[in-house]
Amino acid sequence: MPTYLGMPPFPKAARDAVADRRLRANLAHATGTIRDRRLAAVAELDDWAALREAGRRIKDHTLEHLDHYLRLLEERVTEAGGVVHWARDADEANRIVVDLVKATGQTEVVKVKSMATQEIGLNEALAADGVTAHETDLAELIVQLGDDRPSHILVPAIHRNRAEIRDLFRRRMPGAPPDLSDEPAELAEAARRHLRAKFLSARVAVSGVNFAVAETGTLVVLESEGNGRMCLTLPETLISVMGIEKVLPAWRDLEVFLQLLPRSSTAERMNPYTSTWTGVTPGDGPGDFHLVLLDNGRTATLADEVGRQALRCIRCSACLNVCPVYARAGGHAYGSPYPGPIGAILSPQIRGIGSPVDASLPYASSLCGACFEACPVAIDLPEVLVHLRARAVENGPRHPLVDTAMAAAGWTLRSPGRLALAQRVASSSRRLVGRRGRIRRLPGPLRAWTDTRDAPVPPPESFRAWWRRTDGGRRP
Amino acid sequence: MRIALFITCLNDTLFPDTGRAVVRLLARLGHDVEFPEAQTCCGQMHLNTGYRRRCAPLVRGFAETFAPYDAVVTPSASCAAMVRDWHPRIDPRAAPVAPKVHELTEFLVDVLGVIDVGAHYPHRVAYHPTCHSLRMLKVGERPLRLLRAVDGLDLVELPDADECCGFGGTFALKNADVSSAMGVDKAAAVRASGADVVCAADNSCLMHIGGTLTRNGSGVRTVHLAEILAATREGPS
Ligand code: SF4
Repeated sequence: MPTYLGMPPFPKAARDAVADRRLRANLAHATGTIRDRRLAAVAELDDWAALREAGRRIKDHTLEHLDHYLRLLEERVTEAGGVVHWARDADEANRIVVDLVKATGQTEVVKVKSMATQEIGLNEALAADGVTAHETDLAELIVQLGDDRPSHILVPAIHRNRAEIRDLFRRRMPGAPPDLSDEPAELAEAARRHLRAKFLSARVAVSGVNFAVAETGTLVVLESEGNGRMCLTLPETLISVMGIEKVLPAWRDLEVFLQLLPRSSTAERMNPYTSTWTGVTPGDGPGDFHLVLLDNGRTATLADEVGRQALRCIRCSACLNVCPVYARAGGHAYGSPYPGPIGAILSPQIRGIGSPVDASLPYASSLCGACFEACPVAIDLPEVLVHLRARAVENGPRHPLVDTAMAAAGWTLRSPGRLALAQRVASSSRRLVGRRGRIRRLPGPLRAWTDTRDAPVPPPESFRAWWRRTDGGRRP
Repeated sequence: MRIALFITCLNDTLFPDTGRAVVRLLARLGHDVEFPEAQTCCGQMHLNTGYRRRCAPLVRGFAETFAPYDAVVTPSASCAAMVRDWHPRIDPRAAPVAPKVHELTEFLVDVLGVIDVGAHYPHRVAYHPTCHSLRMLKVGERPLRLLRAVDGLDLVELPDADECCGFGGTFALKNADVSSAMGVDKAAAVRASGADVVCAADNSCLMHIGGTLTRNGSGVRTVHLAEILAATREGPS
């Protein structure tokens, strides 16, 4: 993910977000609202648990036989008149798309929201070859106009409020009315006019893919605004980029995900627009269709028995909306187009855990489990986080201080005698540090605790010492 | 029934009152508990920080220490969840011991079958369902049913109760800024509840919430659930 190289590790990036009151208010408001609505939407279905289990199974089965279903998909897409390209990594995928666009002689493309193209930094790659990509999803447009980065899977501009968006439109959107207000309807109308001109002139479109049905070679996109449908039907050339984990075996599998996804993401019973397309149809829609199958670290992720469940993700963003860490740290702190809990387990797997930001991501969680509870395909995010922490300790950048602390704690805790001794040392220090029953400043790395919180003063007698002295309370 | 008390390293070292309360409470209900002195720690801190290999000897030690007992009771939902969910995955020898480990409210309601433990606690109390009690152990209504049966206790609602307080073990140090921000919001919810005492099934979370409350000058006290259930008219905690 070239866009985000050089990101600081999570704790540092989160610090700025935590200090930004407006950002935190925007996030708390947006996630709080959607959280309650999602619960209501889910509660409407009494077979939600069974649906979730079905979603998990279909995904697991597909991942187990990924090679088979991908080959089937390629075959069917080709039969339907499409061209399939395989891309091992971001560079290969970008090269393929850039060459396809340049072959059309066009210098502008319209895009419908696609995480995969953000992952590979396609817009930047196109720009480097003189091609301008116009995002057509409203929130993506806001992000693009602001030279910003998305901070949410579904609502990339969640960190912005209405007034900020109005100011941005006035400044950066050609043709935006100078007296534009911050009413949502007016903002949407301004964006619609702006985008209509793009749709009518565009010859090439780039799309993402929510699901690909192997048995028929059909691609599926779910959206709320209808702009995607314009991208998918008006241009002459359509290039769809999808991560290889998006494939589903059969058409009827969609039934499960068309229920799971909208309720989990926007808390709607059904999303407003579902578009499906299979190859090309002469005289109807694009005459030239390309599908780019993107690996970019996915087969490596598949090789990890615990971590591979991250590939079940359908990008609904429910885990973000319930995550108390995301709500405070914001999406940018995760240093990737995949923020929140799913980002914390996906990015270090598809990019590798070597960089400081990737090594810090598995720790960007209090392991409260709200994400697991919300996830419609039952990804055990806390399990993967803990698993990746072990990998970070083994392969990532070392933290000598933590290493030593953990070794010392392990040594102490392996023996009851040594634990008792440590307890006596702690008790004897209580008079030095305690004040009115609370410690206001601890030394060394523990200062991170007492910067904002008091710490309890060690009691004069540990439980085990009390038990010994009184025989479990039987002696006074 | 031979009942062992697993006190957890944090309770043992910093919150011995909680352990004494469990002993007193169970004695009042007619049960003797044993305290196997070879016990130390369930290994949660090491596992959650990524030091899985350092955690293995602790898991083995736990299984050996508690194998002879019929039931193990612990005043920590988080450590109970660690033992039940993780120990068997780390060491197969822990598999027969793990299901015998019960968090205190589970033990009272499911094993002993009591709801009214004969406690008296005349305070306005808010209950914070810690994440591991809520989502890993799924203790559900058990703590609330026990609290509602306490004589004199005025149970008040905690806004956004099921949101994490931000403790998260070493998360509180590794991501201190986010952790503190979460703690501040939790402390605000506690104050908004109008309670004079906030209780939970985990002293770790209470340590975080309590440290935030006193730092911000609030007089709301944090008390472990066990100490409330152990309190009587004659022996208030
Ligand atoms: S991990 Fe689960 S909850 Fe999060 S975006 Fe993916 S499918 Fe949705």
